[in-house]
Amino acid sequence: MTLSALRVAIIVFPGSNCDRDIMVAIEQLTSRRPALVWHKEASLEAADLVIIPGGFSFGDYLRCGALAGRSPIMNAVLDHAARGGAVMGICNGFQVLTETGMVPGVLIRNAELKFACRNVRLQVCKTLASPFTSKLAINKNLTLPIAHNEGNYFAEPGELDQLEGEGQIAFRYTDSSIIGKANPNGAARDIAGVISRNGRVIGMMPHPERAMSDLHGGSDGAYFLLKSLEALVS
Amino acid sequence: MQAIVNIVLKDGVLDPQGRAISHSLNDLGFSEVSDVRVGKQILLEIDENDPARLRQRVARMCETLLANTVIENYSIVVADEK
Repeated sequence: MTLSALRVAIIVFPGSNCDRDIMVAIEQLTSRRPALVWHKEASLEAADLVIIPGGFSFGDYLRCGALAGRSPIMNAVLDHAARGGAVMGICNGFQVLTETGMVPGVLIRNAELKFACRNVRLQVCKTLASPFTSKLAINKNLTLPIAHNEGNYFAEPGELDQLEGEGQIAFRYTDSSIIGKANPNGAARDIAGVISRNGRVIGMMPHPERAMSDLHGGSDGAYFLLKSLEALVS
Repeated sequence: MQAIVNIVLKDGVLDPQGRAISHSLNDLGFSEVSDVRVGKQILLEIDENDPARLRQRVARMCETLLANTVIENYSIVVADEK
């Protein structure tokens, strides 16, 4: 399979605001435009990758991602994941995935009560087999932007131990002499992204679609997305 | 009937909002305040006359949507329960 054969679906909720950005980013890499799927749809056409984009779905009412996580389309996304389909949740998309239980943990209010909007340095962790990390060098650093108010990753200590033991932590915030202090939000054990037990679902707070070219200030997002897409077609 | 759902963060879950409020209260002279936890209250009007059944349904609502039981505990008060 070639990259241009890759079928990507992007779920759109009221309040999603990175849906178009990730669509353009994926199209830039694959030359194929992803499908935008409205949250009221009850079914999903066959897809190789489903992306839950960033934004403020349903105005973050009740809890971030809570209402989106129970939208009609999410049953189809859960079925897709249960069949081993690949899913990527970015920022609010990560929050949605935790609300559905597709990835473990919860994202709570940033420890310093401030919206965090800046570049962060990430360390790629050694993980279980996953298309989202298999083509990345372990311990490689990526610089990606974050923009969130609830990115403080929380899970019980026992569960955190298990995630570390099983290799389900994809990215950690790491220090940088240029960018400064590593952990921007108080996330437990500096966790910036986690992977499901079968390796096919990733949730991450940083925005790869906002680092697609030097004009964005960096292209590590393009690198990460390209490596993920290549792993999905190989 | 009316049901009231009270949702609070579990012990051990950081509540930065509560901490900020606690600091403010201390600054305002309420030095006796040692901890603040912020929760939420949800009032539900429900077409149901049987308190037991109502309670059961509301518990389902909490488990399905209203609370995230990874970080939150909930309690239910049935307002008209005698």
